[in-house]
Amino acid sequence: MCLAIPMRVIEIKGSADDMSAPQIAIVDTGGIQKEIRLDVVNRRPNIGDYVLVHAGFAIYALDEEEAEINLRLLREVAEGK
Amino acid sequence: MKNKTIFLDHGSGGLAGQELISGLFLKYLGNPVLSVLEDSAVIETGVGRLAFTTDSFVVDPVFFPGGDIGSLAVHGTINDLAMRGARPLCLSLGMILEEGLSLADLELIVISIKESTEKAGVPIVTGDTKVVPRGNGDKVFINTSGIGTVSDRVSISASEARPGDIILLSGTIADHGVTILTRRAGISIKGDLKSDTIALHRFVQTLVEALPGAIHTLRDPTRGGMATALSEIAKTAEVGMEIEESGIPIRPEVEAACELLGLDPLYLASEGKCLAFVAPDRSRQALDIMRSQPEGKDAAIIGMVTKGPAGRVVLKTAVGGERLVGPLSGEPLPRIC
Amino acid sequence: MKHLHEFRDKGLASSLATELEQLVDGPVRFMEVCGTHTMAIFRHGLRSILPEDLHLISGPGCPVCVTSAGYIDAFIKVALIPRVTIATFGDMVRVPGTSGSLAHARSRGARVEVVYSPMDALDLADQHPEDLVVFPAIGFEATVPGVAATILEARRRKRKNFAVFSAHKVMPPALDALMSNQGLQIQGLLCPGHVSTIIGAKAYKPLAERYSLSCVIAGFEPIDILQALILLARQAGESRAEVGNAYPRAVSWEGNVRAQGLISKVFEPVDAEWRGMGIIPGSGLALRPEFSEFNALERLDIKIPKTPEPKGCRCGEILVGQCLPPDCPLFGKGCTPLEPVGPCMVSTEGTCAAYYRYGR
Repeated sequence: MCLAIPMRVIEIKGSADDMSAPQIAIVDTGGIQKEIRLDVVNRRPNIGDYVLVHAGFAIYALDEEEAEINLRLLREVAEGK
Repeated sequence: MKNKTIFLDHGSGGLAGQELISGLFLKYLGNPVLSVLEDSAVIETGVGRLAFTTDSFVVDPVFFPGGDIGSLAVHGTINDLAMRGARPLCLSLGMILEEGLSLADLELIVISIKESTEKAGVPIVTGDTKVVPRGNGDKVFINTSGIGTVSDRVSISASEARPGDIILLSGTIADHGVTILTRRAGISIKGDLKSDTIALHRFVQTLVEALPGAIHTLRDPTRGGMATALSEIAKTAEVGMEIEESGIPIRPEVEAACELLGLDPLYLASEGKCLAFVAPDRSRQALDIMRSQPEGKDAAIIGMVTKGPAGRVVLKTAVGGERLVGPLSGEPLPRIC
Repeated sequence: MKHLHEFRDKGLASSLATELEQLVDGPVRFMEVCGTHTMAIFRHGLRSILPEDLHLISGPGCPVCVTSAGYIDAFIKVALIPRVTIATFGDMVRVPGTSGSLAHARSRGARVEVVYSPMDALDLADQHPEDLVVFPAIGFEATVPGVAATILEARRRKRKNFAVFSAHKVMPPALDALMSNQGLQIQGLLCPGHVSTIIGAKAYKPLAERYSLSCVIAGFEPIDILQALILLARQAGESRAEVGNAYPRAVSWEGNVRAQGLISKVFEPVDAEWRGMGIIPGSGLALRPEFSEFNALERLDIKIPKTPEPKGCRCGEILVGQCLPPDCPLFGKGCTPLEPVGPCMVSTEGTCAAYYRYGR
């Protein structure tokens, strides 16, 4: 029930001020692009941000700092072994 | 068989189709040649051996990036001959047209057939056309049959695969399957997704002539994908296999589309690639020969044949785990779970 | 693919597996309550690198598996109504009801289209104004906000030929019902990553406290799952029972508040039947009365039939972790992916399907 992948925002259509206009972003990963909806995402992403895409909707704007910290910790532990 | 009617799954290249073949067609029509179910039948004529194959094409959409139903029909049948190490001689062309099909579209398909047969050097020598009322056919269905010659020194079939053989793949997987699936399901993904349909007979000829006796099995992983092809060979040859996931070539766009839609690329069709089971002392050479040709530029060694258990294909995953790979059970569909 | 491949790194996985091996010094049972976790674990072959004493059992987090056969029968009945097109997620197409699936219905002439997004179903309604397009809405909290947004968009577009057939469920009441069953002996719960993206880590606090149960939220890449298992194993070793978050890049304590708001704007909680668990109060979602024009159940006056479990099928027990697929007498014999009896076999993330396809 949870198939979602991280994709990078490359374009945003619709204005932040006009909430009645469809909120659409173009996202990409691995060389493919898809149009997805921004109606349910937690915060409006910036160009270059990564969002989790599930069933055509961005459900979360990834916290990249957390991702970095996590990976860094893991690598340190792995190297320490 | 519990079902009373035909379902789409029967045509997906997986278990349902296999059951239909063994439970109905082989039940009434089985004979030693047919029942081995190879890509082509090899027949003794008394003055040499012929390979004979038939394939029907019902792909929707009819036109897609990288090809169309016409080029697919030509390449598919040529490749089925090539997979037995045969030299293709000629093709037949049967067309079933739906009333209302645009003549402009039909002409494009025929031009595509002309171009692919000329490029391959394999002519259409006989044909047939039928028209069915609107609604009784899906724009166009094509059947192509092909004949080829098989040299006496060549013996290439699933049953020839043996423990120790190295398994090679001539290039990236799932290109055709992902392209068709995304188009048909109306999923609009932009990117360089296109079918890999191409004729492989010259590619195979070069390989087989350079390494006589060392190429044991060839198979093009079409419907059902690479996983189904490997499972079937393992079952027929009564061997096991070990495959390295990180060795399997896949284009980033195809991988990304699969991740997005929850598809497993191992089960999606390629139409211009082949698996080759090669004697271990010749595998490095085979790889070099493959890579030296445009059809094989992404060729890779992906695994090996083991003693067994028979029919068991083990995938060593990229992250270091192990899982079993079986044949396709149902038509691949995009999912959200 | 960024934020994906780094979490599949073999070296990191190996180091985590070693750490897990050192932490687990006796039998320990964790439940993973998300079908997508079941599939991810099998797909990456993780069971072969987990310690032998770590037992992972699958719980009721497969929205297709827990949808009663009565709902499937109702979807099929709708599909067979003339001038109605069912636009569904691919996951539902082969799931059997009491007599066939949507795929079977299609072979009998029903119009069944597969869509990737509920918005695609709405677009289909735009393109075919003469037909009623019905979207069977299954899924948990990761999926519900998108369906809610689609209904709001349908209203904006003034679409008269689009309806949603809600079979949505929510996780927390089901987890509570699961844990209140004293027969279930588990030390920890591997919590669903993307459901948690929406509901937040805080949603598991009452569960952790009431049942002294470790709850660790996990993402779906191998590294994510291994990290979460390490946190669970550590808690078990230290006799702690807390909420842990092993997916901080996608899950916060509060969750996605905007999405939560959309869910409550369009849906209201109702009692719902979970296959194998019976009726769980407040565990389902129905469209609020102000959206009744988009409610398929109202527009088509649908009643969900009460359906008995197929004979011999142990999906219900498997879903609550009381037995494993090989314990079911039908597994691999009367029930295979080709001819499934229960949804656990046909659903892409069903426990039985995963066992059958990927082996032990």
